Amino acid sequence: MRPDSATPLIEVRDLRTHFFTDEGVVKSVDGVSFDIPRGKTLCIVGESGCGKSITARSILKLIAPPGRIVSGQILYNRDPAQPPVDIVGLSQRSQELRAIRGREIAMIFQEPMSALSPVHTIGDQVSETILLHERVGRVEAKARAIKLLDRVGIPRAASRFDAYPFQLSGGMRQRACIAMALACSPKLLIADEPTTALDVTTQANILDLIAELQAEMGMAVMFITHDLGVVAEIADEVVVMYLGTVAERGDVFSIFRDPQHPYTRALMRSIPRLGEAGGRLESIRGIVPHPSNRPTGCPYHTRCDSYMPGICNRVDPRLEDIGDGHLVRCLLHSDRETPVNAGELAR
Amino acid sequence: MNMHDPTLETPGPNASGRTLLGVRNLKVHFPITKGLLQRQVGTVKAVDDVSFDIREGETLGLVGESGCGKTTTGRALLRVVEPTAGSVTYYPEPDLAVDMLALGKRELRGLRRDIRMVLQDPYSSLNPRFTVSQIVSEPLRANNIATGSELEDRVATLLRRVGLRPEYRGRYPHAFSGGERQRIGIARALATDPKLVVCDEAVSALDVSVQAQILNLLSDLQDDFGLTYLFVAHDLSVVEHISDRVAVMYVGRLVELADTAELYRRPKHPYTAALMASVPKPDPTLRGKSRRHRLQGEVADPANPPSGCHFHPRCPFNDGDACVKQAPELREVAPGHLAACHYAERLQLAGIAAPGAV
Amino acid sequence: MRDSTELAAEKQALANERPVAAADTLLDDAVGTEAKVMVASQWRLMWWRFRRHRLAMAGGVFLVVTILLAIFADIVAPYAPDSYNAAYSYAPPQLIGFSPEAGLYVDGYKAVVDPVLMKRTFVTDASTRVPLGLFVAGEPYLMFGLFRSDIHLLAPKDPKQPMFLFGADRLGRDVLSRTLHASRVSLSIGVVGVALSLFLGMVLGGLSGYYGGGIDTFVQRLIEFLQSIPAIPLWIGLAAAIPQTWPPLTVYFVITVILSVIGWTGLARVVRGRFLSLRTEDFVTAARLDGVGDLRIILVHMMPSFLSHIIAVVTLAIPGMILAETALSFLGVGLRPPAVSWGVLLQEAQNIRSIASAPWLFWPGFAVVTTVLALNFLGDGLRDAADPYAT
Repeated sequence: MRPDSATPLIEVRDLRTHFFTDEGVVKSVDGVSFDIPRGKTLCIVGESGCGKSITARSILKLIAPPGRIVSGQILYNRDPAQPPVDIVGLSQRSQELRAIRGREIAMIFQEPMSALSPVHTIGDQVSETILLHERVGRVEAKARAIKLLDRVGIPRAASRFDAYPFQLSGGMRQRACIAMALACSPKLLIADEPTTALDVTTQANILDLIAELQAEMGMAVMFITHDLGVVAEIADEVVVMYLGTVAERGDVFSIFRDPQHPYTRALMRSIPRLGEAGGRLESIRGIVPHPSNRPTGCPYHTRCDSYMPGICNRVDPRLEDIGDGHLVRCLLHSDRETPVNAGELAR
Repeated sequence: MNMHDPTLETPGPNASGRTLLGVRNLKVHFPITKGLLQRQVGTVKAVDDVSFDIREGETLGLVGESGCGKTTTGRALLRVVEPTAGSVTYYPEPDLAVDMLALGKRELRGLRRDIRMVLQDPYSSLNPRFTVSQIVSEPLRANNIATGSELEDRVATLLRRVGLRPEYRGRYPHAFSGGERQRIGIARALATDPKLVVCDEAVSALDVSVQAQILNLLSDLQDDFGLTYLFVAHDLSVVEHISDRVAVMYVGRLVELADTAELYRRPKHPYTAALMASVPKPDPTLRGKSRRHRLQGEVADPANPPSGCHFHPRCPFNDGDACVKQAPELREVAPGHLAACHYAERLQLAGIAAPGAV
Repeated sequence: MRDSTELAAEKQALANERPVAAADTLLDDAVGTEAKVMVASQWRLMWWRFRRHRLAMAGGVFLVVTILLAIFADIVAPYAPDSYNAAYSYAPPQLIGFSPEAGLYVDGYKAVVDPVLMKRTFVTDASTRVPLGLFVAGEPYLMFGLFRSDIHLLAPKDPKQPMFLFGADRLGRDVLSRTLHASRVSLSIGVVGVALSLFLGMVLGGLSGYYGGGIDTFVQRLIEFLQSIPAIPLWIGLAAAIPQTWPPLTVYFVITVILSVIGWTGLARVVRGRFLSLRTEDFVTAARLDGVGDLRIILVHMMPSFLSHIIAVVTLAIPGMILAETALSFLGVGLRPPAVSWGVLLQEAQNIRSIASAPWLFWPGFAVVTTVLALNFLGDGLRDAADPYAT
């Protein structure tokens, strides 16, 4: 029996979410496994089309037809002493799912303007969340909402309670969304690129805020982003996704210090870093294949610098543990009896 | 207000030194109207008295956050939006000066061969009903540069230049990814052999790995064809990578202008320093180090900017007096380094350390 | 993080020198349907999306059939629209039968005296048969006004025998033949009327949307003024002002013009709306920066983007025209006999007698309903397919 704090809050096991369109099946998420540790920050990083947003939405079962969670488990360990709840198995209308959504697992999105109702004040929207999940009256809900708005850094919260979203700036709206998400002290906050649409100075403040709130409330954060800088700033654990699969995962220091997957390495090399200007940027050749046209074998082999012909295009690698919780899905690290060019295993 | 003399700026490392485009006291103001009779109740000063030069052969980066006016400035240079005041002078030859704002429609069309733009959104900047060939050949057609088979040849050459296969010229934009579409946009921009290309957030909508490809491409094209770039962007790392000189804007004004290395290592304006500190660095061992430099508050509203120095409400060095009452001039505070701050010479601001430095 | 082996370093150097032609496009990976999608033009994509809309396809097929019937009405209809046989006044419809020996036939009529109504009525008599033939010689007509012919698709072998598949009206005229011939007028009024509206709407809406300012204000107020006038009384007023002495063709033309003069306002608004939204699109800005002139921008760059919407709107506007003409003629202020249109035919059904004892006089009404429905389904399908890029 693992100690309580070591039991992950959410265990995603081989999740597959497919979209059944007229043009064919799009396997947006195709065999993703990772854990969200309690009270820590997990970052899912990848480029567009890798399935990171769909993964986040699958956790809250926010997938609408023609999409469907085809297989896999999302084990929610609300109480380590109790058996976990498999969220995949919960029906859309079940009481249990509705109790989890908003109260125990909350989500904030990229565009705060779309996430907020334009015809209600932000105060009403925050209060609504409280009234839905807690047994309190209107007056108490309003008081709590004002406290929340203040806690997320909205100045003059009592008067801003009656403000409409269009009256606020982008950063303020995102803070209002965070207040809504945290209204019931959730155990997990899922943040889907919440700062991508914000200015860099505002982003820094929002990231600080989320970190503070996490420490204060002891909640876990699952942060989706494409920005490796953000990952380095806030993550405890990192999951790198490519074309619907996990390429690599591990703790943030080992991922940045010593990335093992060729994709992770190529990504790290292709970003311009402050202070290291000049010269050419290394780019990854080719483009991300369309998800309905997945390459055979390893999905990354078409762009990989360490491609082994005859192997990488035939065998789909498994996620292998290479020690210290660092997992890689690459045939270079497979412990099968495959001939691997020693020169390719660079350090 | 900004009375600096741009000729004091020293040339960037790759430039010939000759001014290609001179911008003086550029203002772009948008009226805010209300009511049935559309009375003007306010003004959005998107660009408020901006002056700088673009040197031949250089890449001038123009960076800032939302509402700073960088995109409007870029567009005003091409008169996509009409400036309210100021002058934009183009020097196609060392002894020729063209007042761009005084040009009539016909002459402007001619000038638009020399100054081109790459737009931000690869999905909306290409007409979905046109083939790639039609998109790239349109500027050639409109300016009567080539027709018939010569046109086809030029299109093929352009496509090859930007790394696309000419065989795909009959395809429609929806067949291409974001990065490829941006290449088509670049091919279109280069079709008329321009001298100056304004890149309006040209890589902002692209994935990181594709961004690298396009930045490399832009760099190569600049070397091969002697292009001059005005690179408008919000991403400081990208701007540092590609620019020779960098100009920083805040709420319609230029707050700092210097050579890239100089600006990033030794910024003289508190806003520039704060910007750099806010950028998350992709190195987890550095986390938390810049937390003490966080700016409070939000970016100011260009429709209702603070008095004096627009940055004063958020500035850690706000003196409560001159900063509130008087807008600082953009002046030379070190050779070739201009800043608009009352205390620019006295402040010791942290920049980005060079690699290898402690 | 760099590869330290020589091999990798060499590869890296090569990569740095290699021309950027390494950009593989999505087309390389595409196979089959996906490859076709990528090279498809706007119209082809639209057709593919349209094809999936079953109801719209059914409507389209129905309309094609209707249009063919209208064009070839002379051949398809067994009789000319004005040929009458007073002996068979209010004859009920006959059913077609087929027997291997006799071929196609319809039952004949026998006169019966109705004791209650004290009138002579007809009922079909299964004992007598009227043999029918395909492509038989019947009444002569002038095909398309050009050449004489007398072949009819399905008619009695003996031209003097009666065949009323839809029954006959008061004067013994075949309702089927009249309905078929009337479809020419009703359909063409719809199409011609909408074409006129489209022209007015595109020009005025286009000017309004592209230039804005004073022109826009003027045109919009004009539209609002016209739309605030109640339509039916206006039509009736205008139509009633047409002198009785004018020939039917002129009346037809004038009715069409009247319908268009009011109808253009809706289309103008749609066109203006599309122009306004397209004006700010990046690719229009890019075209301006390319040095393309205003006219070419409007016609070549912007128009294809809203043409698909216009087609959908127009298809949905045609039923309105048809119904308007039907209504006017039904009320007696549109086309008048001897011109035949569905509305004129329905006017003759305007009495208790018809409803009670000769309901087959409403066949033209059924034709109007099915045509309008088919056009609506088609228009719906076109509108849904019209934006294959979902921009």
